[in-house]
Amino acid sequence: MTIGLSHYLILSAILFSVGLAGVLRRKNLLMLFFATEIMLNAANIAFAAISVHIGDLSGQMFALFIIAIAASEVAVGLGLLILIYKKYGTLDLDNLSIMKG
Amino acid sequence: MEAIAFYTFSILITGLFLVTVFSRNILYAMSSLAAGMVLISGLFFIMRADFLGAVQLVVYSGAIMALYAFGMMFFDATRDVKEKNSSASSVFLLSGISAVILVAIFAAPAIGEHIKPLVTAAKGLDNTQAIGEILFTKYLIPFEVAAVMLLVAMVAGIVLASKKMDQSLSEIYQDADPENELKEQK
Repeated sequence: MTIGLSHYLILSAILFSVGLAGVLRRKNLLMLFFATEIMLNAANIAFAAISVHIGDLSGQMFALFIIAIAASEVAVGLGLLILIYKKYGTLDLDNLSIMKG
Repeated sequence: MEAIAFYTFSILITGLFLVTVFSRNILYAMSSLAAGMVLISGLFFIMRADFLGAVQLVVYSGAIMALYAFGMMFFDATRDVKEKNSSASSVFLLSGISAVILVAIFAAPAIGEHIKPLVTAAKGLDNTQAIGEILFTKYLIPFEVAAVMLLVAMVAGIVLASKKMDQSLSEIYQDADPENELKEQK
């Protein structure tokens, strides 16, 4: 049994839905970051699989740039998280909601 | 052989990421996420995208997870995360439906027949050589922009994280209950 494009796309869909469920379910900001990393990785798998299947290297290029963007997102996001934690002492979204609406 | 490796990797990755999403402990979530990243690089090696697998191993499981592990020093990572969860079933329904729709939208043109590769490598090059050749010709400007963006992110990270670096968090919150303090600020 050979592994084709559809196997990778189905795996990517499963991982993406796991990450999306995490984004919708989690209330802790750090856990939300983890869930977005999962979604980015699922997109990377789909990009690489389609790129290898078609024989076009653009998909792997896009996956490389996604990894670079994820690295910078983590650097800035962790700085912001540290600031929020220093200011409020919590990362929970229910405690952080200070708007009266 | 390829099928065995693929199924082993994909089952392990899905299980580890489920632990990440549903675990109550931040440390467990972070370590299972790191292990999942390492196994995803295995998937890239199976599909013969060697350079991408190496980059995934170095950048994701090396740099990004190490950054999370360092950031974890600022937070109280041993305490369990308490979360109010309402309507779990609707969350699963929504995420499942939207993921299926997204994958159908993005996979439809790729599975179609009339699609031609635009960026192909010269014959006889292996994956890393071909990626290097294309990265420094066709994708040179995005590469430079990504380098500038990483520099900006590094400066921003240093500036954001170094505010009040001389004060210890445990001294700030030694006797003040954080939730009470938040209520006072409200």
